[in-house]
Amino acid sequence: MHSFRDTVRHPQFRAGARDMGTVSLGIAAWGLVTGVAMVKSGLSIPLALLMTFTVFAGSVQLAVIPLMMVAAPIWVIWATAVCINLRFVIFSAQWRPYFMRYPLRQRMLFGYVSGDLTYVMFMKRFPEPRDDEGQVEYFLGGSTTNWLAWQLPSVAGILLADVIPTHWGLGFAGVLALLGLTYSLLSDRATALAAVVAGAAAVAAFALPFRLHIVVAIAAAVCVGLMIDGGGDAGRRVLSALGRRRLQAVAGQATERAAA
Amino acid sequence: MNDGYAFITIVGLVAITVFTRSFFLVSEKEMVLPDWVKRGLRYAPLAALAAVVVPEIVMTKGQLITTWQDARLYAVAVSTAYFFWRGGILGTIVSGMAVLIPLKLVMGW
Repeated sequence: MHSFRDTVRHPQFRAGARDMGTVSLGIAAWGLVTGVAMVKSGLSIPLALLMTFTVFAGSVQLAVIPLMMVAAPIWVIWATAVCINLRFVIFSAQWRPYFMRYPLRQRMLFGYVSGDLTYVMFMKRFPEPRDDEGQVEYFLGGSTTNWLAWQLPSVAGILLADVIPTHWGLGFAGVLALLGLTYSLLSDRATALAAVVAGAAAVAAFALPFRLHIVVAIAAAVCVGLMIDGGGDAGRRVLSALGRRRLQAVAGQATERAAA
Repeated sequence: MNDGYAFITIVGLVAITVFTRSFFLVSEKEMVLPDWVKRGLRYAPLAALAAVVVPEIVMTKGQLITTWQDARLYAVAVSTAYFFWRGGILGTIVSGMAVLIPLKLVMGW
């Protein structure tokens, strides 16, 4: 990789930073709420700072805080974290072709700083790995913005936990950021159906321990996606069922026009 | 909270972050994913997002909500309308929060 200065000045670095900027408000609200939650649960300020700067995984932090509060066995907390992070194992398989030309330590650093939003934004923009488009510069620009948009409010939340009101529902800004991102990934009927299946499966399986419902939902949606993509008999029938209503509407218009 | 307990827990969590996020980035060996796995993985990010978002909107304390007096539903409706009319994630967040905060503070939903 080139020098640090070349990377930061690369136009793709700025593009990545700008794209991540559009969701930074949601990231920031979420970070703030997480910071407050850590301290309110009884974590000391130095340990809360250590957690935000090293663990750097919002959904894991929010999930394990209540467990730490009741002094749950450490292995249960770790198992929960592994399950919540299983999606990153899936994501890392997709990062591979983009990052393999870098040395091991850099690859692991890239993996460490990659969050959900970095991943989704990147894959949307660069579906195919290439080494002449500044893809990694774009990744680093997005990751830097993501890191700052998360850490600064998180630290503010830790230090100002007692004065920040949480009953306003500020944390919901993070959910809305994820919602907008979900919508931007819907490209056709197959992806829309996969999203509906994932959402329904997540609600239905919510009672599973360790937040395994997320893994169940991913598995269900991938199966439905493969079924439709595969063009097998079941997939064709689902696709034609999804298309039928539109066909009927078109046919209806044609009949009306003919009648007129 | 016991500081020693919290510290050990946090150290383990750091290891888990590093381990899961770089899981398939460590080995140098050529890794050939079967074609169907590659096609299936296309749906993974969308599914993971939907799986996180939907329960946050329609569930409270692990139960499906049964009331319409929930600020989240109206915030999501407005956000959704904004996204499909105008596009842009920043506006999606702002429009939803503009509905959510008054409903929560004034109506107590």
